[in-house]
Amino acid sequence: MYKIVSKETLNSAVELMEIEAPFVAAKCEAGQFIIVRVDEDGERIPLTIADYDREKNTVTIIYQIVGYSTEKLAKKKAGEYVEDFVGPLGQPAPLHKCGHVIGVAGGVGSAPLYPQLRKLHDMGVKVDVIIGGRSQEFVILKDKFEKFCDNVYIATDDGSMGTKGFVTTVLQELIDKGEKFDEVIAIGPLIMMKNVVNVTKPLDIPTFVSLNPIMIDGTGMCGGCRVTVGGETKFACVDGPDFDGFLVDFDECMKRQGMFKEEEHTCKLEG
Amino acid sequence: MDRNMSMTKVAMPEQEPDVRNKNFSEVALGYTKEMAMEEAARCLNCKHKPCMDGCPVNVPIPGFIEKVAAGDFEAAYEIITSENALPAICGRVCPQENQCEGKCVRGIKGEPVAIGRLERFVADYHMANAAASSVDIKKNGKKVAVVGSGPAGITCAGELIKKGYEVTVFEALHKAGGVLSYGIPEFRLPKDLVAREIETVEKLGVKIETNVIIGRSVTIDELMEQGYEAVFVGSGAGLPRFLNIPGENLLGVYSANEFLTRVNLMKAYKFPEAPTPIKVGKRVAVVGAGNVAMDAARTAKRLGAEEVYIVYRRSEEELPARAEEVHHAKEEGIIFKLLNNPCAIHGKDGWVTGMEVIKQELGEPDESGRRSPKPVEGSNYIIDVDTVVIAIGQSPNPLIRQTTPGLDTQKWGGIIVDEETMKTSKDGVYAGGDTVTGAATVILAMGAGKKAAKAIDEYLSR
Repeated sequence: MYKIVSKETLNSAVELMEIEAPFVAAKCEAGQFIIVRVDEDGERIPLTIADYDREKNTVTIIYQIVGYSTEKLAKKKAGEYVEDFVGPLGQPAPLHKCGHVIGVAGGVGSAPLYPQLRKLHDMGVKVDVIIGGRSQEFVILKDKFEKFCDNVYIATDDGSMGTKGFVTTVLQELIDKGEKFDEVIAIGPLIMMKNVVNVTKPLDIPTFVSLNPIMIDGTGMCGGCRVTVGGETKFACVDGPDFDGFLVDFDECMKRQGMFKEEEHTCKLEG
Repeated sequence: MDRNMSMTKVAMPEQEPDVRNKNFSEVALGYTKEMAMEEAARCLNCKHKPCMDGCPVNVPIPGFIEKVAAGDFEAAYEIITSENALPAICGRVCPQENQCEGKCVRGIKGEPVAIGRLERFVADYHMANAAASSVDIKKNGKKVAVVGSGPAGITCAGELIKKGYEVTVFEALHKAGGVLSYGIPEFRLPKDLVAREIETVEKLGVKIETNVIIGRSVTIDELMEQGYEAVFVGSGAGLPRFLNIPGENLLGVYSANEFLTRVNLMKAYKFPEAPTPIKVGKRVAVVGAGNVAMDAARTAKRLGAEEVYIVYRRSEEELPARAEEVHHAKEEGIIFKLLNNPCAIHGKDGWVTGMEVIKQELGEPDESGRRSPKPVEGSNYIIDVDTVVIAIGQSPNPLIRQTTPGLDTQKWGGIIVDEETMKTSKDGVYAGGDTVTGAATVILAMGAGKKAAKAIDEYLSR
């Protein structure tokens, strides 16, 4: 059992939990993930690590309430416990010391992006970020990014905050204005990451993306999370979750994400 | 008592094939006391005990059978467990025909003594009737870590705790048991039985820490720094192999690991009551013909698939699965497509629509001693299926070898050990089970765990 030390509501669909997990907190690095199981009969839910505190032995997760299991997680309060919490899983993000990096986050993708950009900043890299969301409410972690990012750009679908449009609109504008980026890190919905790559690939700006496919164990055992990267099959759980965006077959990823669409619906109805 | 000279084993009651292929309850129901005593009377109690040579953990087989014949089942249990910590499991999943029963003198003319069924009966009888006995173990104050709670790890831990060591088992999943929990289905090995066998070891004082991944959460070197004086690695062969043919990432293609883990560990057969789903179509092809393939095929049938195929590139003679599993699978309506090798999986809109296979013929024996299959040019055809399960074997997980400097491994990933002591190239580190041999059997893993425990004890008593 793992204690929920604190809990915060970030918006109507997204929450943050700080969970006591000494093994994970001692070892985890930006880019890695954990698997949480809410209760005895729960599903194994993979979530990327949003933050950690090695002294307090805690790990922060940020999750979107999208289905049966995340709804169950959201019912838990601070001071209560989750049944299982295992990690750190996956490879640390491949962060390079370079001049200027821009992070591009879509929705809850801000959460895994945050520790990566902060680490780059600590390494002496100049970092900017574009945060996207449906509306102002869904733009998360803006204050946290502002602490170390040189520029924080916002894009919302409805224009309620920042530029009206997609994160790629902002990225394209910055590039058109002559901004030079050595690397881009894009984390968010598959379609967003694909579109970011569509902008950066013709300009040959190295772009890393973080994948979160369907998986069971997270240790390489089930192979459910396989993705095609550069024509080769990789397991996102042990080879990733971060990959060179130029090489990822996003269309296949999007199809595979839909494997249990009908069942997710059933489960939600029954739950 | 009178010797029973019947040429055949006393039959074991089973669920009817047409009933059981729709449920997940155990197929074989086990002997009654009377049946067990009748079968035990078939044993000739040979002086040279050939059956024992066939047992990887040296259970004194004629000794326990003599007690069964006399109706002293607890004494029989004592004899079995002097050498085998998990008799209820071995009685169910050991390939007896290649081991003890394969060497039985009664098998020369007629069927061998049903040693597996008798072992199972004794273990089940003990579980149902005996009060938990408390054992007084004198602690020696030395700490040993065990990586993995499958058959190798649990056996090693059980042996070491009895020798007075303080033993902690680290398990990556949320539940102990390894392949016994995530791999072998309920209908062949009930999970509450696995849980009870593990509880027995815990009652002796073994500590099991779930959700700890050695190589990620903590490394072997760090365990040593924390005061563990020896480490046994029984991390299994968890990495699924794929065929590397076109179409393998289509929706509807599973590794056997994923398919079985969803059903066994995550209880997807109870979906939506259990939240983890599984999708099984109307027509399922399982590639491979080992025990895992049989488990996957029979599971698919139980989940409602109308037609389930075993697709295997060699012939009946080379089928690697346990004889009983093949027999049960056929009874349950699994269709065997032998001498067929998959060459592509076809799909539409991302989903599987068929598997293309090429017929094979057998040539000369290969390095495994089995006749190697050769494709018959132009014999390709498509089997119309919507689900494919790949069950062609697993390799060891690379995490431990990648994070343990000084640990030598084979090219294919298996940890290299001294076969007598299970000692690795790294001081204080021992290994056994599938992580050393590649995917093999429960009993071989247990044998390795036992050997390692003995060697660890010698090493730490120097």
